[in-house]
Amino acid sequence: MALIDKHKIIETNGTLLMVGALLVVTVGGIVEIAPLFYLENTIEDVEGVRPYSPLELTGREIYVREGCYVCHSQMIRPMRDEVERYGHYSLAAESKYDHPFQWGSKRTGPDLARVGGRYSDAWHVDHLTNPQSVVPESVMPKYGFLADRYIEPEYIEDLMSTHRIVGVPYTDEMIEVAKEDFEAQADPWADTDGLLERYPGAVVSNFDGQDGITEMDALIAYMQMLGTLVDFSTFTPDASR
Amino acid sequence: MSKKDVETTGHSWDGIEELNNPLPRWWLIIWYICIVWGIAYTIAMPAWPLVKGATAGVLGWSTRAQVADKIASFEEMNAAVNAELAAADITTIEVGSDVHNYGVNMGAAVFRANCSQCHGSGAAGNVGYPNLLDNDWLWGGTIDEVAYTVQHGVRNETDEARYSEMPKFGADELLTEEEIDQVVAFAMSLSDPEGDGTNLVGGTYDVDLASAGAEVFEINCSSCHGEDGTGDIYQGAPNLTDAIWLYGGDHDTVYETVYYARFGVMPAWGQRLSQAEVNAAALYVHQLGGGQ
Repeated sequence: MALIDKHKIIETNGTLLMVGALLVVTVGGIVEIAPLFYLENTIEDVEGVRPYSPLELTGREIYVREGCYVCHSQMIRPMRDEVERYGHYSLAAESKYDHPFQWGSKRTGPDLARVGGRYSDAWHVDHLTNPQSVVPESVMPKYGFLADRYIEPEYIEDLMSTHRIVGVPYTDEMIEVAKEDFEAQADPWADTDGLLERYPGAVVSNFDGQDGITEMDALIAYMQMLGTLVDFSTFTPDASR
Repeated sequence: MSKKDVETTGHSWDGIEELNNPLPRWWLIIWYICIVWGIAYTIAMPAWPLVKGATAGVLGWSTRAQVADKIASFEEMNAAVNAELAAADITTIEVGSDVHNYGVNMGAAVFRANCSQCHGSGAAGNVGYPNLLDNDWLWGGTIDEVAYTVQHGVRNETDEARYSEMPKFGADELLTEEEIDQVVAFAMSLSDPEGDGTNLVGGTYDVDLASAGAEVFEINCSSCHGEDGTGDIYQGAPNLTDAIWLYGGDHDTVYETVYYARFGVMPAWGQRLSQAEVNAAALYVHQLGGGQ
């Protein structure tokens, strides 16, 4: 009982108890959290994953602003029924440039992790303008106003630089030509060689079908690339994960 | 046990003493079992972080292997009937046979996951997205035509896709404003058997303009929509004489259709679905009511 008696010292000394509790929690944190930053099987590099193009990044900001994540998740869990419905389960690497990530935890609407290329741009315009016109049973609100809000890439360099601070590998060149890339992606007649070299797999289109670049263009550009970056015909999952 | 037999902790306040009762035996045993279980679990399952990776666990369990196993076991279970469905000649498949029943049910699942977002969960379509319940078909309603449309889609980037393109008579200045007004009225008059200026869906037009539009229609539209306006499934040209309108049969919508044309698209599902799934979707759509 000698050790138990020593415990009395801690129990009767509040400050010592707090210091002791802090030490215990620290050890727990080091064991449970710290390894995630260096273990190889939590950091998976997957070919094809790239930072968002300026227009996609802007669309992503709109996605976050409108709170899409409240009803839509972006995380296909590794379960058969989810894989059958939505496609290959999500890989951690696919959201590694997401700040903040949009995994979500509520599915009032369907998962959007692989919505890219699933529908035409025109469907997205119809659906965002009036979701019930294509899915009568939908409870989604109307987002037609996005098509009336014209946007300029005024702060795009700042936005990309901020993402660079938190670890997204935007190069100086990418930030320098961000405005050009922003405009080129929404213009099917633009010279997009540079854009596609910097952001392979970016979808170039006049997404909303009207002149000028609107928030609708940016949001659809973002959605049309979701989950399309990894080529799953050549991707071999590492079974240890 | 009387109070006197229990040790006290020595804490005493205002004559009230704190008893030092031992933990119940059953509780203590469960607690020890949990500790042993916890240690055994970290040995059996992936757990302890080491220098390069975490321990894999002696059972070798992984999330990815589990989902791959599950998918493989379901595929194996259905492999025989899927192969039969993929190889079946869907034009002669016996209605009510096991393969047909399986195909229709599978097709319903395929439809809900992939097609319902445009054609509606009940296949009744939406504005701009065809209704699959009626017997009016843009590209043919026989089962092999339906299967081809599912497989290759409409106006997409694949070479086999069904393709046709209506000219933008207004936007590309192929017709004058006057001619467009006339041909819009004529197109609407095609679905007006009484000829009273109101077509089958309630759209109104000017009867005099319509008679002037007959010639414009014959020169510009009849090669696809037919001289009598009944359409041509080989060119995806809709029948204009019935009450079914993909985009709408009122004056303003028909005007917009003639002025800017329409360009509905459908993905080539053969690129995403297996042959069995394509056949299943075709079987399902064909038996909904409109199949020919």
